[in-house]
Amino acid sequence: MEQEICREKIAGIEFRMLSPEMIKKMAVVKITSSELYDADGYPTEGGLMDPRMGSIDPALRCRTCGGSINDCPGHFGYIELAYPVIHVEYVPLIYNFLRCTCRKCGRILMSDEECEKWKAKILKAESKIRRKYIVGQIINKLKNVKKCPHCHTIQEKIKLEKPSTFYEGNKQLTPIDVRERLEKVPDQDCILLGLDPNVGRPEWAVLTLLPIPPPSMRPTITLETGQRSEDDLTHKLSDIIRNNERLYENLNAGAPEVIIEDLWELLQYHVTTYFNNTIAQIPVARHRSGRPLKTLAQRIRGKDGIFRKHLAGKRVNFCARTVISPDPFIGIDEVGVPLEIAMELTVPERVNELNIEQMKKYIENAENYPCALYVVTPDNKRKRVTKETKELILKELAPGYIVERQLQDGDIVLFNRQPSLHKISIIAHRVKVLPYRSFRINVCATIPYNADFDGDEMNLHVPQTEEARAEAEILMSVRQHILTPRYGLPIIGCIQDYVLGCYLLTQPDTLVEEDEAQKILYFMGIYDMPEPDVKKDGKRYYSGKLLFSCSLPKVNYEDKNLSCRKCEKCKLEKCEYGAYVKIRNGKLISGCIDAKLIAPEKGFLIQKIVNDLGMKEAYDFIQKVSMLGILFLQYHGSSIYISDTDLPPEAIKEIKEEIRRGVEKVDRLIEIYRKGELEAYPGKTLEETFELMAMMELNRTRNKVAQIVEKYISSPNIPTLQMARSGARGSLSNLASMAACVGQQNLRGLRIRRGYKERTLPHFERGDLSAAARGFITHGYKAGLTPIEFFFHSIVGRDSVMDTSLRTPRSGYLQRRLVNALQDLKVSYDLSVRDSENKIVQFIYGEDGLDPTFHKIVEGVINELRAST
Amino acid sequence: MKMIEERDKEEFDIFTHRLVPRHRIISEEEKRELLTKYNAKLADLPRILITDPVVRKLGAKPGDVIEITRSSPTAGETKYYRVVIVE
Repeated sequence: MEQEICREKIAGIEFRMLSPEMIKKMAVVKITSSELYDADGYPTEGGLMDPRMGSIDPALRCRTCGGSINDCPGHFGYIELAYPVIHVEYVPLIYNFLRCTCRKCGRILMSDEECEKWKAKILKAESKIRRKYIVGQIINKLKNVKKCPHCHTIQEKIKLEKPSTFYEGNKQLTPIDVRERLEKVPDQDCILLGLDPNVGRPEWAVLTLLPIPPPSMRPTITLETGQRSEDDLTHKLSDIIRNNERLYENLNAGAPEVIIEDLWELLQYHVTTYFNNTIAQIPVARHRSGRPLKTLAQRIRGKDGIFRKHLAGKRVNFCARTVISPDPFIGIDEVGVPLEIAMELTVPERVNELNIEQMKKYIENAENYPCALYVVTPDNKRKRVTKETKELILKELAPGYIVERQLQDGDIVLFNRQPSLHKISIIAHRVKVLPYRSFRINVCATIPYNADFDGDEMNLHVPQTEEARAEAEILMSVRQHILTPRYGLPIIGCIQDYVLGCYLLTQPDTLVEEDEAQKILYFMGIYDMPEPDVKKDGKRYYSGKLLFSCSLPKVNYEDKNLSCRKCEKCKLEKCEYGAYVKIRNGKLISGCIDAKLIAPEKGFLIQKIVNDLGMKEAYDFIQKVSMLGILFLQYHGSSIYISDTDLPPEAIKEIKEEIRRGVEKVDRLIEIYRKGELEAYPGKTLEETFELMAMMELNRTRNKVAQIVEKYISSPNIPTLQMARSGARGSLSNLASMAACVGQQNLRGLRIRRGYKERTLPHFERGDLSAAARGFITHGYKAGLTPIEFFFHSIVGRDSVMDTSLRTPRSGYLQRRLVNALQDLKVSYDLSVRDSENKIVQFIYGEDGLDPTFHKIVEGVINELRAST
Repeated sequence: MKMIEERDKEEFDIFTHRLVPRHRIISEEEKRELLTKYNAKLADLPRILITDPVVRKLGAKPGDVIEITRSSPTAGETKYYRVVIVE
């Protein structure tokens, strides 16, 4: 099989310089005229659009090979330059040759014995990089040699004035001079300067002929107005030719040298910008409109060059993009697709005996949703299905045809949000066709995408083959990505309202009325419900724990949650804070549910379910528990008030006292520091030690304040506190900032010290090191900050905004480089990690051959991991 | 300056440093086994320069394979192999 298809194998590709002979040999026409078209609008013979270089007009055939646009690849032409010019991209090579060869005899500035020695070294080099390195050493050695060891001529220093002018001493070398000298270099010396004589001669770097690429490389665009618009390359080439013509004329007329030199320099400029329009020290060649021309190097290089735009990046069909918005009532693995989009996207289905009736219905339904848009016959003819054509198509439809039907509920699609930083930035969802014009997504599924709904847009792709659909469903579905490959905790889970709902539901005294519970259970998809377990005042109630247990699969779980106070002796189930969660066989026995059990990147309960019972059970659990949480919260209600942060007078007194003490302690510290009685920490200066101690003291004060706040606002019914305790949103520290004291403002890990000479603001004395002068805020947000405190707060706020906006592009570029470097490493079947050449990178993946998705990491290690990033 | 370098060379045994893992030149027999196990050529292995201090100390020749036994927080101990090359 392989023999039949693969007759020859490409061993390698080598790029060489074009010799003048080669340029002539591959050309079919010599370009002599700068006219593109004659008066009738036909391409002129010998012009840049000469029909012998291949036609780009569909009506005309190539005059050289007889092919039409589709099969004629185009043929090169050439022009003869009146005077040679230097090829800018070869300036470094020319420079090296001029510096390292004799000005008289052209030999390399090195004795014959040494030549042999170095040549042996070069021939022995095993890699091109190594060879380049040796050549670099030779050049470094020779560039300052004063006397030719062969003919004893004294050498002059060669200077390069960028971009392409050479001086010998003070005399300028014209390209003609340069070319003459390069011609004198014997073949055997070329290799020592990095040019294989079998590959090219140095003088070829000075151009005497210029190849003209065929028009198919620079096609003319005809605008709607009928006007012709030429390609940038054509413009540049016609500049070159026009200039060349003028130079010829002036030479023949015997014009004065100044004029010739000017024209020559101009020709050099045009040829230089033809190759590369971003050369430093040279003005950019521009289009009439002022737009810089996109010449040869620009076609290849950079983001818009052929590599990154066309070879590394591809555009696709069967995709859609729109704004996303939340919908808690669709499944986590579903995506709400607007009807308008579903009507446009198609899924090809091959007709067989089993589905032919269904397919016929799609065709019958032409122009209504859901219908078939196209039918492809076995001989690959594509027919549009319309009301007029449907009868005919229905008659001929038979197994083997392909019907392209509109997107429907249940189809598998890929959903993606940029930047696609990890594999879970693209997940397969099931389609749910909905009215209105935004993609709908379950809030639980936003975390892997890092999406929110402040205007984010996302992309959707429809796989077009059975294989692609199967792969998407098995490898990429939401169910497969509940756990993050980072350390095996869930990445999909309950956030914010869901967490708070579950937390409130599982409080010890929570009761839910029977009818309310039935509504909730119905939404969770539970139709045979347990008997209500609490009777009170003759009415039947469900306890929160029982209701929560309905969402649980048969799992066992036992751990402390966020409310744990780390008592010396754990009371286990009898914990008065509800911090000991015990689940036996899918029944919640004690404790309340919070973020540690069900939130993304925490959710130990979800992890346990995946590991014990599998992805499907875990998916069902998240689905049910999120519905439960949000519906209960809706029923229960929760909103925050300013009064959440109210403190009794004695608390305010206590806090004031605490802050006063902290500030005074810092003052005492200053005293000790000033007296020089402070002892420096190892590796720190005295000043650093003082700053560190002051910061520690103020942080301690601030934490103490937070504790006091918690002590006094301990009514469990305060929603702000409930949110903090459940881990749904906010923290105790945030609450303390509002209620009592914002605390120290840190700028790059230190107290604020910048501003005026030795002080942060003119309100302080020089050298004031006190808490207030270095950005310690004693007030809370509710009481209000003093103007000075407000200023410090703004400094830190501005700095953090700037920091994030400056860091994002940097880390993005770092990521890009990393991905490019690592993208083709893979884990082989023998568990070794190998690169694209099958070279070994690691003998066992990750030293242990384990998939981190299924690591079971204890809490402490997780915190350590998080802290390190 | 030079004196200090030479003294270091004489007195300091890098293998006693706690950050230097255990290195060992493996036998031809082991080498063959390794290459068969991974279905690899010598050139497919990760490399180490002959000028590497560890290689110098061991006195390995180009083409020798060095087994490095590293401690790993997850795997306990892990073996890595590198082939000695000239610059």
